[in-house]
Amino acid sequence: MARGTGKVAKSDIVTFNKKKFRFSDWFAEKVIKSVAFLSIAIVILIFVFVFREAFPIFRMDKKVAASSELMVQESYGGSDSGSTEKVADNQVGNSNKTQTPGDSPSSTLLSKTWMPVSDNPRYGMLPLFLGTLKVTLIALLFAAPLSILAAIYTSMFAKPRIREVIKPVIELLAGFPSVVIGFFALMVLASVFQNIFGYASRLNSFVGGIAMGLAAIPIIYTLTEDALTAVPKTFTEASLGLGASRRQTAFYVVLPAAVPGIFAAVVLGLGRIFGETMIALMATGNAAMISMNPFDSVRTLSATIGAEMAEVVFGDTHYNVLFLIGSLLFIFTFALNALAEFYFKNMVIRKYQSKK
Amino acid sequence: MNRNLKDTIVEGITGVSVLLIIFIIVSILAITIVGGWPKLNWTFLSEFPKDGMTKGGIFPAIIGTAVMTIIMAVAAVPFGVITAVYLAEYASEKSVVAKTIRFAVKTLAVVPSIIFGLFGLGFFIGFIGKNMDGLLNGGVLKWGQPNILWASFTMALLTLPVVIVSVEEAIRTIPREMREASLALGATKWQTIKSVVLPGSISGILTGTILAVSRGAGEVAPILFTGAAYFLSTLPHSLNDQFMSLGYHIYIMSTQSSDVDATLPIQFATTLVLLLLTFSLNAVAVVLRYRIRKRAK
Repeated sequence: MARGTGKVAKSDIVTFNKKKFRFSDWFAEKVIKSVAFLSIAIVILIFVFVFREAFPIFRMDKKVAASSELMVQESYGGSDSGSTEKVADNQVGNSNKTQTPGDSPSSTLLSKTWMPVSDNPRYGMLPLFLGTLKVTLIALLFAAPLSILAAIYTSMFAKPRIREVIKPVIELLAGFPSVVIGFFALMVLASVFQNIFGYASRLNSFVGGIAMGLAAIPIIYTLTEDALTAVPKTFTEASLGLGASRRQTAFYVVLPAAVPGIFAAVVLGLGRIFGETMIALMATGNAAMISMNPFDSVRTLSATIGAEMAEVVFGDTHYNVLFLIGSLLFIFTFALNALAEFYFKNMVIRKYQSKK
Repeated sequence: MNRNLKDTIVEGITGVSVLLIIFIIVSILAITIVGGWPKLNWTFLSEFPKDGMTKGGIFPAIIGTAVMTIIMAVAAVPFGVITAVYLAEYASEKSVVAKTIRFAVKTLAVVPSIIFGLFGLGFFIGFIGKNMDGLLNGGVLKWGQPNILWASFTMALLTLPVVIVSVEEAIRTIPREMREASLALGATKWQTIKSVVLPGSISGILTGTILAVSRGAGEVAPILFTGAAYFLSTLPHSLNDQFMSLGYHIYIMSTQSSDVDATLPIQFATTLVLLLLTFSLNAVAVVLRYRIRKRAK
């Protein structure tokens, strides 16, 4: 206050050109601006802290790298339920290069075995990647066509009164907590599908994939519906006016015009499926194995973090590997979001501008 | 004729897709209600779990969820409202700063919830908590472990975008004339925001808060290792206690219980309680939002 009024009193010319300086206004703006910056800070902090905990893996690697090449693959199948203390001990042994033989943690990262709790822990992420890919593919193949078709019906064919009902009902699905969908998959879907397909393991990537698809449906549906409605009315009217049927208009005029928006919707749905943890934990069976059969149990990247982080020793290699998986998940969803946000949005804008 | 037939078939397929989705939603609801209703009574809601969680109720899980979401809302809502005010009132649409903040908010909205859990573990527990212990308690472990405060803060980060989006939408529906009238009467920008914009967007702030609470009550992944506990014989009585939560209870009971089949009614009833909670909250939010949108027209 004092500073402001002082300035004003000094010269009249300044007051003439400048707004009167008010401390409370200046202060409020500064506070609001700095708080708003917090969301940027949080994203950066997440980046930094998830990576920080993953980083020691690569440092530890250098220490052990020399010895690891000499190591013959030990039999590590023995005690797969070994306690975490054992792992911690083993880790100490590793970095001292003296006691228990074992591979350096990061040299096993691309191997085919995920067996973090054993005498010779192996952190092969290949089965986890494959499992995630399998589940994601199944979920996407289920959710994307279903939600896009439903969105086409809602925006193109449904009468306005019916549309008012369909939209909120389908968006209701977004209000289901993922643990509820996971529970439904675990208790109901798994048994129903087992009766139909007669597979051996009750929980598998198919059940998990369908359940995760359910979680992605409201996202893909809502965004696709938005994209379809955003197509200028003139397009539809021109097409109908030329004698095309509603179906032809929907599939040959409106749908092509909305393609970038639908892509963005699918990409965001993909992000949701990819990072989904609770459904994966509850419905996929959580067995890290390499198989292309959709009816085998799988373990996804996010489920691995969720299942193992609670039992892990703080600062242990296993702990670091789980954070490494987290970093990969983060980078991937970040990239997907950026893609949807910048690439597809620009495509939409360009498309309509060029047609004007 | 041929074209008409094709039209009917294609329209039929799209219609069936809608029906299939609605059928799935209805069956989830129906199965949960049928499975959970018989067990749902006052004793179930007001008792502690008994006999190794095979009997008794879910009272501590309800209280835990409630306390956690309240702390979460207290942390998330002010930040969300202020960020929304900045985006709607101060930042110009074209500015790089505003665009970056918007992108950050969108990123927060799509980051998998398990990543928030990892962040809570690495940042709140491993960094802030450990350092607080080092400075305040001389290294005695008090804050450097999972507890309800860190779980709530982790959840607050997750629900921040929900609050920001709702509040910003509400602020944008306030007519320009009201702001101009206030400014013309000699009020400063901050005075205008304080006495015109914020009171006008109260329903938006409420909507955002309710949606955030609904989301926070249902999420499990962020609290898996930042504070949720399997079983506690007492309610949390300080901020560094662990807590039980409804969602976590469902997860634990259905996957790691000693006798999954025997506790099935408890699991269904807990799911029903969680669903009723999130649905009624969402319903209130939908009504509020509808009223805001009506004002915008």
